Amino acid sequence: MGSILNAEHITVEFGGLVAVNDVSFDIPEKGIVSLIGPNGAGKTTFFNILTGLYKPTSGHVMYDGSEITALVPHKIAAGGVARTFQNIRLFGSMTAEENVMVAMHSHLKASLASTILGLPSQRREEKAAREEARALLEFVGIGKTATEFARNLSYGDQRRLEVARALALRPKVLLLDEPTAGMNPQESAVFVEFVHRIRDEKGISILLIEHDMAVVMKVSERITVLDRGEKIAEGTPAEIKSNPRVIEAYLGKGVGAGH
Amino acid sequence: MAISLLKRSKTSGKKKQKSPASARQWAISLTIVAIAIWAFFTYLFDKTPDAVQAWFQVWLPPSTLNESLVWVICALGLNIVVGYAGLLDLGFVAFWAFGGYAAGWFMSGFFHQVNIHFGSMSANTIPGIHLSFWLVMVIAALIAGFFGIIIGAPTLRLKSDYLALVTLGFGEIIPQVFTNGENIGGFNLSNGTKGISPIDAIGVFGKRLGPFDLGWKFLIYFFLAACMVFVSLRIRGGRLGRAWLAIREDELAASMMGVPLMRTKLTAYAVGAFSGGIGGAVYATHVNGIFAERFNFSISIILLAMVVLGGMGNVWGVIVGALLMAWINATGLPAVGDTFNNTFHTQINFPSYNFLLFGGILVLMMLFKRDGLLPEARLKMISHENDDDTSNTGGH
Repeated sequence: MGSILNAEHITVEFGGLVAVNDVSFDIPEKGIVSLIGPNGAGKTTFFNILTGLYKPTSGHVMYDGSEITALVPHKIAAGGVARTFQNIRLFGSMTAEENVMVAMHSHLKASLASTILGLPSQRREEKAAREEARALLEFVGIGKTATEFARNLSYGDQRRLEVARALALRPKVLLLDEPTAGMNPQESAVFVEFVHRIRDEKGISILLIEHDMAVVMKVSERITVLDRGEKIAEGTPAEIKSNPRVIEAYLGKGVGAGH
Repeated sequence: MAISLLKRSKTSGKKKQKSPASARQWAISLTIVAIAIWAFFTYLFDKTPDAVQAWFQVWLPPSTLNESLVWVICALGLNIVVGYAGLLDLGFVAFWAFGGYAAGWFMSGFFHQVNIHFGSMSANTIPGIHLSFWLVMVIAALIAGFFGIIIGAPTLRLKSDYLALVTLGFGEIIPQVFTNGENIGGFNLSNGTKGISPIDAIGVFGKRLGPFDLGWKFLIYFFLAACMVFVSLRIRGGRLGRAWLAIREDELAASMMGVPLMRTKLTAYAVGAFSGGIGGAVYATHVNGIFAERFNFSISIILLAMVVLGGMGNVWGVIVGALLMAWINATGLPAVGDTFNNTFHTQINFPSYNFLLFGGILVLMMLFKRDGLLPEARLKMISHENDDDTSNTGGH
């Protein structure tokens, strides 16, 4: 299986601080992989590189066979790299449905003139987009909230809406930044199922940043561990669990393998 | 699941029907009011008793009605920039000036070197460029829109506060260019402080509208304002309107959802400038001339105050705000002042306190009714939510 997204020798410096140091990483096609590491390990920075928000000091990002390192964020997003945010960033005063439809912006063709004139092609497109948005909301399990303002949704529903919005980009890669933050264990367990559904039903490759080890171990096919901007380990959940460097990074030196 | 789905589609169907219906109700009632006003001033006004005529001349003269429609057109344009896309523009007067000078250039004898006539009501023998009013509206809009893009392209990369400062600068520079544009390398661009006057009469149905055909002008201005409302609502409901709102809400998240920030903001700026141009040209026909000293900073601020007072993002609110403030400025304050002075035998110059009043209104609005007189439903909800702070996005 080839890889859909490939980051090669990524280094990011902010002033003198090296946030990410020569990290290579790939997301296999239709794979579910995780990026873990202690706070400040550079996970979110790495995410922001993949989505074009930051430009790496050196290194390349390849997506679907072409280089996207220098592309502006909206082009990368429109090309099919979607993400959610660690601290939810919905358009609060727009309805759930509208939130999803915003992400369809790059797929919709209607020009300014055809919108003003309300041409049949524009109406058809809007209707189809609305239906697709409803279907996506249904898919993530919040179909009932379509006409509610995003701000008024419950925390869990907001998390789901973020996923629905990201899926509206029709992505090939979905990056989830701490998606289970604030969820209780039951909700997290449901979420693990959900991630598998996204992959299986939509054929999307998924990368997670996650703190909840129970979730990471259950959901991931491969785990990459960052610490202080460097990749210290990579492997299956079982390998990572018993890797002494990982345990050291998380628990400090001199602690046994009793995690 | 199926049941909940059914329920959903029912309730949402109701909601979806509601908003166009209310928009239609607004549109129909406003049109009826406009036609009634037109009929009254065109056909009935002269036949009413002198006392009634006198009352109208003091409290609601037709020229004030017409002027307030000019403000409505411009405020709706600014509403697209500020209310929809959330870009603070403090220099909207620049586009008003472009539109005004477009009317000055193409609807008068200003360019007396040439003799171009097209669809105009003026006699063919008069030199200058005399184009049809409707054509000039289009040209004015295009010129303003073009400069909107020129001004917006380098500045819209700035973050909000800096954008406000730069637009403020442009709002000062452009009128200065026109004020001093009497001799630009030997070319008279604007006739300097003397301005360009008179502007050609508007023709409608082959009828030449003189300075006193205010009823007909009212109808024409109303038509243009209605077009602006229509365009605002249509764009708001489409893909571009959603992108504007998304940018207003969260620029970064919008770009991560594939919304091209620069292009989308620039479109908002251009559409706003476009309508500013129309407003400027209409204003030129209203005052029958174009004078550089009228285009000052206060126009930008009054427009912004209209948008804020009425309710940012809601076209009906902005219309109410614009009508109200335009009326206070042109008629309400002088009329109240005269009545007050006559009653109490005082000599207070009320109109000179207009900015004190507007400033006061704005401060009070910010304190007690942040979302404006007729707030957009979504904004209303936000400001109320902030009051009791039940936001669940903050602390998880």
